Amino acid sequence: MHRFANPTRFLKIAAFIQPWMAGLTVLLFAVGLYMSFFTAPPDYQQGESVRIMYVHVPAAWMGMFCYAAMALASAVALIWKHPLADVAAKATAPVGAAFTFLSLATGSLWGKPMWGTWWVWDARLTSMLILFFLYIGYMALQGAFDDRARGAKASAVLALVGAVNLPIIKFSVDWWNTLHQPASVIKMGGPSIHPDMLWPLLVMAVAFKTYYVWVLLVRIRQELTANKVRILRLKQIHGG
Amino acid sequence: MAEFFSMGGYGAYIWPSYAMTAIILAALLLASIRELKSTEAMFERLKAQVAPNKNKNNNKETPDGDEA
Repeated sequence: MHRFANPTRFLKIAAFIQPWMAGLTVLLFAVGLYMSFFTAPPDYQQGESVRIMYVHVPAAWMGMFCYAAMALASAVALIWKHPLADVAAKATAPVGAAFTFLSLATGSLWGKPMWGTWWVWDARLTSMLILFFLYIGYMALQGAFDDRARGAKASAVLALVGAVNLPIIKFSVDWWNTLHQPASVIKMGGPSIHPDMLWPLLVMAVAFKTYYVWVLLVRIRQELTANKVRILRLKQIHGG
Repeated sequence: MAEFFSMGGYGAYIWPSYAMTAIILAALLLASIRELKSTEAMFERLKAQVAPNKNKNNNKETPDGDEA
C-alpha cells in the first residue's frame, strides 16, 4: 500500500483509472436501470413499488460503506500519518452524505405507499438519520479550525467515534421492533430474494460503487492540487 | 406507455425516487469535476507567476530536487 501513498504516483494512477471508472459507471447504470424497470418482476405483495429498492438499497449500503471507508482512512491518518489518508477521508464525506440522504429520501417515498407514513422514529430510520448527521458534523468540524491540521485531527476522531453507529444500523432490524424489513441479501444462509430481483439490485449496487470510486478520484485529485496551490502561495509570499 | 409511467399506481413514488437519485449523483459529480478544473487552472496560473523567480534563485541556491 505504501507504493500508492505517494501523492505524485497516486495522481498518475488516478488519471489512468478515472476514465475506466467513468465508462464502467455509465455502462452499469444503463444495464442496471434497464433491469430495474424491464426484467425485474413486480413484487407479489408490494407490486411495482418494489422498484424503489433498486436505488434505495444501494444508496443505503453505500452510505454505510463510505462511512466505514472514511473511519478507516481516519484511523490510518491518525496512527500512521499517511499523506493520502486524510485526503481520502475528506473526499469521501460528501459522497457518503449524498448516499445517506438518498437512502432516507427514497425510503420515505417507499414508506408512504407501503407503511402509510413518510417517517417513523424507529431504530433503523433513526440510526440512518444519525449517520447523515455524522457526515454533516464531520464536514463542519473540518472547516471549524484556522489550523487545518487541527481540523483534520478533530474530524478524524469524530469519524472514528461515530463508527460505533454502523453495527447499530446493521443490526437495528434484529434488535428492535420496527416497520423496516429485516436483511434479505446480506445474511446467514445466503440471500432470500429471488434471482430476478437480486441481479438488478447487485448490478445497481456495483454501479453505485464505481460511481463512488470515480467521484472519489476526482475529489482526491482536487484536494492534492489545492495543497500544491497552498504551497505555491506560501512560496510567493516568502519569495516576494 | 401511459401504463408504464403509472407503474401500477406507484409512479408518483417511483419516479421521484429515481429522479432525485439521478439529480443528486449527477450534481455531486459535476460539482467535483468543476472544482478540480478550477483548482488546476489556479495552480497553473500560480506556477507561471512563481516560476520566473524560481529560475533566478536556482542559480544561487541548491536545486529544488524532487517535486514532492
